[in-house]
Amino acid sequence: MANMLLGTANGSILGQSGPTFWMPRELSDHASDVDWIFNYILYVSLFFFLLIIVLMTVFVIRYRRRPGQEALSSPTHNLPLEVLWTGVPIILVGTMFFFGFRSYMDLGVIPLNAYEIKVTGQKWKWQFEYPTGYIDEDLHVPMDRPVQLTLTSTDVIHSLFLPNLRIKRDAVPGRYTKIWFRASEAGEFPLMCAEYCGTRHSDMLARLVIHPRGEFEQWLTKASNFLATMPPVEAGQRLYQLRGCKQCHSIDGVAGIGPSLKNLFGHPVQLQSGQTTADENYIRESILEPSSQIVAGFEPVMPRIRLSDAEVGALIAYIKSLSEAGQGVPVGGSTTQPAATQPAA
Amino acid sequence: MAESSAAVRGGAGVEYPTDNYLTHTQGLRSWLFTLDHKRIGVMYLVSVLASFFLGGVLALLIRTELLTPRQTIMGADTYNIIFTLHGAIMIFLFIIPGTPGSLGNFVLPMMLGAKDVAFPRLNLASYYMWVIGAIFALVAIVMGGVDTGWTFYTPYSTTTNTAVIPVVLGIFIIGFSSIFTGINFIVTIHKLRAPGMGWFQMPLMLWGLYATSIIQVLATPVLGITLLLLIAERVLQVGIFSPAYGGDPVLFQHFFWFYSHPAVYIMILPAMGIISEVIPVFSHKHIFGYKAIAYSSIAIAVISFLVWGHHMFVSGMSNMASAIFSALTFAVAIPSAVKVFNWVATMYKGSISLATPMCYALGFLFLFAIGGLTGLFLGSLAVDVHLTDTYFIVAHFHYVMFGGAVMALMAGIHYWWPKITGRMYNERLGQIACLLIFIGFNATFFPQFVAGSQGMPRRYFNYPERFTDYNVFSTIGSYLLGLGFLLVAAYLIHSLFRGRPAPANPWGGATLEWSTPSPPPPENFEEEPVLGDHYDPYDYRGLVYDPRIGGYVQQHPH
Repeated sequence: MANMLLGTANGSILGQSGPTFWMPRELSDHASDVDWIFNYILYVSLFFFLLIIVLMTVFVIRYRRRPGQEALSSPTHNLPLEVLWTGVPIILVGTMFFFGFRSYMDLGVIPLNAYEIKVTGQKWKWQFEYPTGYIDEDLHVPMDRPVQLTLTSTDVIHSLFLPNLRIKRDAVPGRYTKIWFRASEAGEFPLMCAEYCGTRHSDMLARLVIHPRGEFEQWLTKASNFLATMPPVEAGQRLYQLRGCKQCHSIDGVAGIGPSLKNLFGHPVQLQSGQTTADENYIRESILEPSSQIVAGFEPVMPRIRLSDAEVGALIAYIKSLSEAGQGVPVGGSTTQPAATQPAA
Repeated sequence: MAESSAAVRGGAGVEYPTDNYLTHTQGLRSWLFTLDHKRIGVMYLVSVLASFFLGGVLALLIRTELLTPRQTIMGADTYNIIFTLHGAIMIFLFIIPGTPGSLGNFVLPMMLGAKDVAFPRLNLASYYMWVIGAIFALVAIVMGGVDTGWTFYTPYSTTTNTAVIPVVLGIFIIGFSSIFTGINFIVTIHKLRAPGMGWFQMPLMLWGLYATSIIQVLATPVLGITLLLLIAERVLQVGIFSPAYGGDPVLFQHFFWFYSHPAVYIMILPAMGIISEVIPVFSHKHIFGYKAIAYSSIAIAVISFLVWGHHMFVSGMSNMASAIFSALTFAVAIPSAVKVFNWVATMYKGSISLATPMCYALGFLFLFAIGGLTGLFLGSLAVDVHLTDTYFIVAHFHYVMFGGAVMALMAGIHYWWPKITGRMYNERLGQIACLLIFIGFNATFFPQFVAGSQGMPRRYFNYPERFTDYNVFSTIGSYLLGLGFLLVAAYLIHSLFRGRPAPANPWGGATLEWSTPSPPPPENFEEEPVLGDHYDPYDYRGLVYDPRIGGYVQQHPH
């Protein structure tokens, strides 16, 4: 075991930024800093560990019990020795404290020009909101620029963990926590939830995408305009995933917290206040004013979600595509009344 | 040294004393209503080992599930329940009450030269509190279990629909068991030391138990209050922790760790006490730095109350608070380091026997050194931000709790087994099992350090493919570990029926429990021990091995 430790410790000197035995690839100055402190503590610990184990082993062999041989006499205490082995560790842990503290404080002082991304954790997905108002399920950031994450949660505590940047911060409901980093390399890296949050805790994964210089803005412009560039059905599907619809409304016919969207469009709906048919106007009103018409058997728990007309249009197109009754009907203007009112079954 | 009854009996060969605490009265009632600290200790021992078995089976289920990155033998919800129960059972039913309740109860009065603890009825009540708490936990398992993790973090624990309330009530009740034991030990140590035994003539096991008791009495009420508040919030929707009712979820973490960090030292301080007995006896050598070890137990108990915030460095706590907690965390490392150096120095120029208890003590030194040193990584703020909530934490606390507390408990069980049962176990099998456990332990938990620093979060049901090798290695190690414990169970149970009768002092210990027959008479000593002016529990001069009885006798009292 000691050999294994030593060998690996050497390995971590050789590769500075690549993955080592102990650490994944490092992507920032802060990560190098953390790895340096980690190695410092590792070497000090190894020294004391080997000291203890070697002495222990030597004593066990040298002073093993032999017939007719008594223990030798030696002092039962020795003040200078005891002061030494108390004092030296105090100094060493003092340095460990200092290095860890200095690096931690760097995490606490966020540069003024940092690019802010709002992060919301919810069971069991991450939402990243960019300054344009666009929300994505992955964390996209520019390279070589300080990025500030402002985290919160809508339900239980989650924790955003970026192993390659050596940072982690809890997302706590009802308050905001912050962390920042400056990534120095482009690429795709893992992002995980590190605070236990229930059934699919271990599936609450996302990607950290670091865009090379100048490409982040292009990505953001394109992504923010997906409504204009994508076909409406695809754009609606994307909204369905990004904006939390899928947490309550399934597309496979199984009712969740809300009714399923499968075969909804064009079919009759039993409301608490009577019966209606799910046409464009019904869907639009259900999205924008959720409590105005409650489907029988469900609770009025859906929140009002800010959506533009274009976004509602895309969602309607997507919901139509989930129903045979809606197949082939082009989405577009606000008046497709005749097609929708045709009894489907 | 006090007069030794072993010397009186020496030469007569060893016979199993027919009137002892086990045979003095008969029948189930004589056990259920006993006030004898030794019998209560035995009942505790059987109960906590049963809990250890249950928790261990759950651990093997966890490891088996983690054999593959995807679902292996159970679903995610079942997995979450199983790791929660594993943690809760191991912590609250096994390790916290483990050493004080079983070995502590058995040896504390005898080491003091007393007939019993100060409050024998309170002692029995403590045991039954444990039993009632355990029943609540079992009821919760029958009701479908609980899936919050043993830490019960809000708001998860206030919103999950699993059986949180029975488990939390069970732990609340077990808290009283812990407090009762603590009060009893403190009073017993203050009031019932044998005439002539000053504070610094006490065996170090008692300093360990004394420090433990202080924490039990002062910290456990905070856990009780916190758990009651949690129940109040779930049942009455009082806003304390859950933001939905206007509470603060981080407040729960402060309250919870205010108990649960000192609780770590409830687990490790008695373990350190056991090691402080075993190493000098099997080195046949006076303990090195008695006062340093004694004071460091008290120092650990005091500082342990001031470090709870180190569990929360990424929770958004203020930087100032984080810095203070980090500094204090490093401070608590010092007394532990001092103890380790003292134990190693004790072996210098000794006459070291590698009997089973000593093998476990050496294993303890090895594993506790790793557990303690990896704590330095976690005390350092910036490094903790990367490592917290990963498998590095899981490995760290298993090295401390399992490699430390459980290895020491195993050392203690093997050390006092002849005294408790009056029988010797098979020495060779004991050494083999110890080696098996040591290897299995490292194979199980060492890879978890690396998986953690590489970025595998804890409490993961599915895990990314890149962590597969670490997990497979770990799972194989855990099977080896399980095998080791099965072997221990087998030869210990065998010894109860076929074991050679134990002499009064099989190892050459100089503490008072070795001066009375094995198993001891109902009132511990045939004559009340009276200590000389120079009583020293670590003075082994004059104790010589008598091959006719297979134990040590006092030749020249001085």
